[in-house]
Amino acid sequence: MSTKTIEEKQYLLRFKCDTKSHLTILDHEVCLTKCPDKLCTLFCPGEVYKWEGTRMQVGFEGCHECGSCRIGCPHQNIKWEYPKGGHGVIFRLA
Amino acid sequence: MKSAMPEKFDVIVVGAGPAGTACAYTCAKNGLKVLQIERGEYPGSKNVMGGVLYRKQLEEIIPEFWKEAPLERPIVEQNFWLMDKNSVVKFGYKGLEWGEEPYNNFTVLRAKFDQWFAQKAVEQGSLLINETVVKECIVENGKVVGVRTDRPDGDVYADVVVLADGVNSLLAKQLGFRKELRPDEVALAVMEVINLPKEKINDRFNVNDNQGCTIEIFGDSTKGNLGTAFIYTNKDSINIGVGTTLSSMIKSKMKPYDLLDQLKNHPMVSPLLEGGESAEYLAHLIPEGGYNSVPKVVGNGVVVVGDAAQLVNAIHREGSNMAMASGRMAAEAIIKAKERNDFSEAGLSSYRDALYESFIIKDLQKYKDAAHTFEENPQYFQYYLPMLNKAMSEFFTVDGVPKKDKQKEMMKMLTGEKGKLNVIKDIYRAWKAVK
Repeated sequence: MSTKTIEEKQYLLRFKCDTKSHLTILDHEVCLTKCPDKLCTLFCPGEVYKWEGTRMQVGFEGCHECGSCRIGCPHQNIKWEYPKGGHGVIFRLA
Repeated sequence: MKSAMPEKFDVIVVGAGPAGTACAYTCAKNGLKVLQIERGEYPGSKNVMGGVLYRKQLEEIIPEFWKEAPLERPIVEQNFWLMDKNSVVKFGYKGLEWGEEPYNNFTVLRAKFDQWFAQKAVEQGSLLINETVVKECIVENGKVVGVRTDRPDGDVYADVVVLADGVNSLLAKQLGFRKELRPDEVALAVMEVINLPKEKINDRFNVNDNQGCTIEIFGDSTKGNLGTAFIYTNKDSINIGVGTTLSSMIKSKMKPYDLLDQLKNHPMVSPLLEGGESAEYLAHLIPEGGYNSVPKVVGNGVVVVGDAAQLVNAIHREGSNMAMASGRMAAEAIIKAKERNDFSEAGLSSYRDALYESFIIKDLQKYKDAAHTFEENPQYFQYYLPMLNKAMSEFFTVDGVPKKDKQKEMMKMLTGEKGKLNVIKDIYRAWKAVK
């Protein structure tokens, strides 16, 4: 069957996860006080960012490494690096 | 790393996508000592493309590549759909001249294709190192002299470093060749590969085994935002995807995967996918800033190619071909520089000249205002496109109304809300943006 949810979509992917996140929220206070819309939780295609009431949860393990959050965070509050060599998402097809 | 390798290379290529590999292949073929560094487990494992590969620019590097490359289907039919909620206006072209040698373009699955292409460079003598991130360029006395990788003792040196590190090109940014990208300079695209038996694809798209079909979809597929969707046929799967500028995605607060699901469920699309099995979901950025976003492409000991140089023509969905052509041009400049032993910015400048004299920069220049025009004037997608659907419905519906009255009615529909003068202005603005 064709996928219906983001969870099903993410489940199709192969990831080789590093123990350390390659995505870092520079200042959690900025997400809490200066960013009412929490835009990264909407446009991130891997649903990496989840707002947990007071803090931004970063599920770096499901990151496609597209770079949208690096460019799209309205406060430039995300430090974005590549995962360690050979780690992160491993596309098998397209 | 150092001990296992020669001290210094002629060329280090960062990235094993189409641009980097075209450059590595051409350099190695001409006898240069090449190191190609890829951060993924294998070439293609980090790369995403809707799936159309043009023949011409790869043929210039590897003649008759179609006889051995892992391709899906040669494309014989290309379509545009202007889609509203429950309707679509279609136009396209099918030509059997595209179904035979030398072909026009092909659908490909990049993880397979990129591995094959990189292997061709290895066969020419290029050394490929996977699973290695280049953290920064090593700069000495204003000249790039090598790269620092994330391996222990991971510094490697070369006369020229080629930045083929993709749309995010952190290295071009490190060197100050470009500013940080803005959300309106990139498109965020998501896609799915959906497995479907070959016979079903052939029936639904009216093609034979060795014929492919593309559909580009405008309008309701992006909820009227600046962007497109696409459906491409592989051998026994379909690639379906959608993208808008990141700025539109942010402004409209859309989730990209919701947009994809809406597309898959659209009544004009869903019958094509019926019974399909999702195999992969992928997201990527496309550099769509065009001419005005092209960074500095040559420096002392360094050149920038492909997506890293923002070489994409979004209007004609060309990117990987421009990547390959730019990689080849960079290689030719490096070979010349090697003959004179001058790897300075001036010594490598023939790359910039070749690029700016080629179809690549000429095409980007032609469309330099297009994206901005359509982003700033949403009426094309949001007003005219649905209106065109209504007009076509009117035109084809036989209901006893005389044709002359129908024509009047259609014109009124088109100009009604806006007034004739505004319609003429809109047509002129669109024409100016793409002329």
